[in-house]
Amino acid sequence: MLVNTILLLCIIGVIAGFALYFVAKKFKVNENPLYGEVEAMLPGANCGGCGFPGCRKFGEKLVDSPTLEGLYCSVGGAETMDKIGTFLNKTIEKKDMQVAVVKCSGSCNKRQITSNYEGISSCAFSVSFYAGNTACSFGCFGLGDCEKACQFGGIKINPETKLPEVDPIKCTACGQCASACPQHLIELRKTNKKDMKIYVGCSNKDKGAVARKACSAACIGCGKCAKTCPNEAITVTDFLAYIDPNKCKLCRKCVEGCPTGAIIETNFPPRIKKEDTTTEANN
Amino acid sequence: MKTFKIGGIHPKENKLSAGKKIEPTPIPEMVYIPMSQHIGAPAKPIVAVGDTVKAGTKIGESSGFVSANIFSSISGTVEKIDNIADASGFKKQTVIIKSDGTDTWEETIDRSTDLIKSTNLTPDEIKAKIIEAGIVGMGGATFPLGVKLSPPKDVTITHILVNGVECEPYLTADHSLMLEKAEEICVGVELLKKVLGINTAIIGIENNKPDAIEKMQNAASAYTGTQVVPLKVKYPQGSEKHLIQALIGVEVPSRKLPASVGVIVSNVASVFAVYEAVMKNKPLFERVVTVTGTSVKNPSNFLVRLGTRTGDLFPLVGGIPEDTDKIISGGPMMGKSISSVEIPITKGSSGVVCMTENEAHRKKEQNCIRCGRCVEACPIGLEPYLLNTLAKKSMIPELLEHNITECIACGSCSFSCPANKPLLDYIRLGKAKAIQATMEKK
Repeated sequence: MLVNTILLLCIIGVIAGFALYFVAKKFKVNENPLYGEVEAMLPGANCGGCGFPGCRKFGEKLVDSPTLEGLYCSVGGAETMDKIGTFLNKTIEKKDMQVAVVKCSGSCNKRQITSNYEGISSCAFSVSFYAGNTACSFGCFGLGDCEKACQFGGIKINPETKLPEVDPIKCTACGQCASACPQHLIELRKTNKKDMKIYVGCSNKDKGAVARKACSAACIGCGKCAKTCPNEAITVTDFLAYIDPNKCKLCRKCVEGCPTGAIIETNFPPRIKKEDTTTEANN
Repeated sequence: MKTFKIGGIHPKENKLSAGKKIEPTPIPEMVYIPMSQHIGAPAKPIVAVGDTVKAGTKIGESSGFVSANIFSSISGTVEKIDNIADASGFKKQTVIIKSDGTDTWEETIDRSTDLIKSTNLTPDEIKAKIIEAGIVGMGGATFPLGVKLSPPKDVTITHILVNGVECEPYLTADHSLMLEKAEEICVGVELLKKVLGINTAIIGIENNKPDAIEKMQNAASAYTGTQVVPLKVKYPQGSEKHLIQALIGVEVPSRKLPASVGVIVSNVASVFAVYEAVMKNKPLFERVVTVTGTSVKNPSNFLVRLGTRTGDLFPLVGGIPEDTDKIISGGPMMGKSISSVEIPITKGSSGVVCMTENEAHRKKEQNCIRCGRCVEACPIGLEPYLLNTLAKKSMIPELLEHNITECIACGSCSFSCPANKPLLDYIRLGKAKAIQATMEKK
């Protein structure tokens, strides 16, 4: 009895094997074997940061397009792109290392709370009918749409300050958080290996007095930073300063001069190196 | 008795200020007049700082087809033109006028209370006057009336429907207006009839206002073609499309305006404003506002100059009650809670409601038990529980398939949910996403 069963199973196995062989022959899809290999080199996060629906499609595009201009995987970074470039024998566009920064530093103790919000926890929803529960209509809602959008756990709402904090190690600069933020507070900025960067931690476009009244950390558009900057990297439009990351030489003169502490520097010595990026400039 | 066919709810009416006389408020020292008090393009300010204005002086010029003129509501000098936060907290261009204490009106305005019944003006002249006076839909949607009166050439208007439903709980502004200005409203209806060249008008009033129905019926009996129809009480009967269904039994096709079925709907307050604009040359610069709430000492209806700060109204009703936890501009169902009492009264503010601590807060959310009450309550016939889930997951094609864009945000689903789910919150979010997605596709 037992022998019969084993024999039967073997026969089924052999028949099925032949059938599968012929099916595989008949319906074989001819595709570029490079696709799979390039895909394997990519991080496989399928985050969509490159603008393609997943790593597979991006890999196909990399193989198919004659030049690699405008194609960059920020998750894998320069290392991955170099590897793919040498593999495909194509020149890879060089791109600076980037990291997300949050251009709002109005934590609970700095911004005046005007109302209690009881609706659903979604910034996109609450922005559809009001300007947030603080006096500043440009600032962070703190409801965590960016946190939900990040697949890498690189941005988290600090429960104490109610502001998002970026983990520069986990952040891949895919840009998902930036497009999820309805207040457009998140910018991808150039950084270096030690993650030293200087940026304006505010997005308030109101006049100085109004902005200051709403939040003690606001940029009041006084223009002092623009005057002190030796590299002409700072421009002030609509009472809001912007530091051009390509011109900034990280001299830190603007940080020292800012009267409201709206300009934020991260990971500069001699300050203690912290994991998060919201180290405050206070001198 | 007539009403709309599907869905609807019966929130507690709480019409605390019903039957109270409309009292004019004292002239405020300052008025804050936003340039955007209507749907459409904001008006452009045509005054400069230091200019002297009278009540009824045009200070904002309409800047497009869907836009409306804005007028000064007091006499005085223009103090400042600045960006001031409106009810939503976002800053909008606002003209600030300081009162000179005299309350001088423009000479052209007839300040007498005599009833003028007929006019020799041609339909086009009447329409021009209505557009010039900056009249918008005063039920809350603030759609410029001039646009409604200019239907596309391929449609013929057969009915004028006048909305005296006031289905929002607490609010009695339209009710008190109908009691005191019934004759004027009927003349206003005659003017609209003349503009459109038709002779059928139906005034719909819910039967929780028997006194208003009687008054209006008496006033309307003098005019042929104007009919007052009592309606069964049901929220949201004041919604344009639902009122049409209730009164003439026609359903407005989805994504179409009422004009597509030959109907124009206008609020009683707007019709009264038409009367004043045409017969008294008075542009829209004041309106009736209900100030109410369960713990408010003296809930009343006031004739308020537009641009008056909400906070200025509370001393007249005995101050903000101590247990107030939320102040709503508009009715409790569709109004917006405001974060500051600095916010001015605009053309669309029909009421100010103070909610007490017990009323203001949401209850703890529980799991959906698939009872289907939201489906029963939805006046459009949508499935709110399903849309809620789809919206949470951002499933845009499915949301569109289930007609999320038809939602009128009346809140009947959230109101009827025994599990206190924030259904409307997610549906609104989903609707916004769906509309954005379809816009991008185009």
